[in-house]
Amino acid sequence: MKTLDVQQITDAIRRMAVEVNTDLPQDVEDALVASCAREESPFGKYCLEQIVANAELARTEHQAMCQDTGTLVVYLNVGQDLHLVGGDVTDAINEGVRLGYDDGYLRRSIVEEPVFERKNTGDNTPAVIHINIVPGDACELIVMPKGGGAENMGALGMLKPTVGKDGVVDFVVNAVSNAGGNPCPPIIVGVGIGGTMEKATEIAKEALMRPVGSHHADPRYAALEDEILERVNKLGIGPQGLGGRVTALAVHINTYPCHIASLPVAVNINCHAARHLRTVLEGEEA
Amino acid sequence: MEKHITVPFESQALAALRAGDTVLLSGVIYTSRDKAHKRMIETLDRGETLPVDFANQLIYYAGPTPAKPGQPIGSIGPTTSSRMDAFAPRLLDEVGLKGMLGKGPRSQAVIDAICRNGAVYMVAIGGTGAAISKAVKKAEVIAYDDLGTEAIRRLEIENLAAIVAIDAHGGNLFVTGRAEYEEK
Repeated sequence: MKTLDVQQITDAIRRMAVEVNTDLPQDVEDALVASCAREESPFGKYCLEQIVANAELARTEHQAMCQDTGTLVVYLNVGQDLHLVGGDVTDAINEGVRLGYDDGYLRRSIVEEPVFERKNTGDNTPAVIHINIVPGDACELIVMPKGGGAENMGALGMLKPTVGKDGVVDFVVNAVSNAGGNPCPPIIVGVGIGGTMEKATEIAKEALMRPVGSHHADPRYAALEDEILERVNKLGIGPQGLGGRVTALAVHINTYPCHIASLPVAVNINCHAARHLRTVLEGEEA
Repeated sequence: MEKHITVPFESQALAALRAGDTVLLSGVIYTSRDKAHKRMIETLDRGETLPVDFANQLIYYAGPTPAKPGQPIGSIGPTTSSRMDAFAPRLLDEVGLKGMLGKGPRSQAVIDAICRNGAVYMVAIGGTGAAISKAVKKAEVIAYDDLGTEAIRRLEIENLAAIVAIDAHGGNLFVTGRAEYEEK
């Protein structure tokens, strides 16, 4: 059995926290550049051009592209044949966040508890951590800084199973319509359909990390992605909500089997700064 | 062609602004967002004076990243303005605030307050905080230091690019812009 010292996880998170906030994924930037040509609204076009220029500036100057460097959502996919040693893995992740947000001059946006004092923790911890056990003997790490403005515009519907496709489309389009210019369009719409209440939201968020414009493996759901994208881009919201053709860059649907009584639909919205970064840590022979 | 606008506002220049104008802002503005707004409204409720004189001033809804050594400020784009909708009318009505800079649409109550006070709501492009930081020449925390990024900061700015989204004459770019491109 291979082993991995959790210090390596700390080091990786530390490095990734900085890189993910300063270097927009190439597929997202390509989608933004392509959308400039589609956008007919002069304000929309102007916004898109500025967004692309800002991404390039952030990359060159190693500066956060957006001041909202988010809640850091961390996925740790641990091989079942890997033994993590050297300490508590949750502590190791949060130590990486603490160090990375300091190294990168990133914003501390997390408060200790949600209702009363809302005192800032001062180091952007804790991260929101998802740990999965997967086949193999490696450790995959994915980080996703999720800004508050877009996260706030998410929606969850526990729909009746008989509403079918049209009910799902209407729910998602309404959520995007209600969000309007708030979540920093052009957005990426992550849709989770099926599972239970929490499963739908989890797969909706995971859908945001798929390559921009990639499709569901089932052609029926792939067609649904296209249909929702077309409807969303007819809403007229446009970049920053100032009117235009480009409200969303993509709609990504993830699905899961569900109960005979249920049709959960979760909408998780990403702003145009759709930041995520993946790395794989290999264990050592014990 | 952009209009050059100085803050604190000069009344004639302010009155001439219309939704859809592109502007370059220079002068002195103040940052404030969720928690600072809540504190200021509580201060007004107690009949006390705010830590800043907002007469003819502009509030920028923003919380920056920390400044790197040798720079005045970190990334500083706008945050979602609608979270301040519950507080903005009182600042417009009671302390002479004339401008707000943020992102996204506003409530009808805020729009009404903008109209009755001859104020203006502008937007900067959300998610371009690195680029916007170049317009900030000097920054200092002047109130609520304990709030960290949410403290009230005094910013000296030069040519900060913004778009007038809601004016005092009923113009609203969110409504007209969306209507122009909406397909039924």
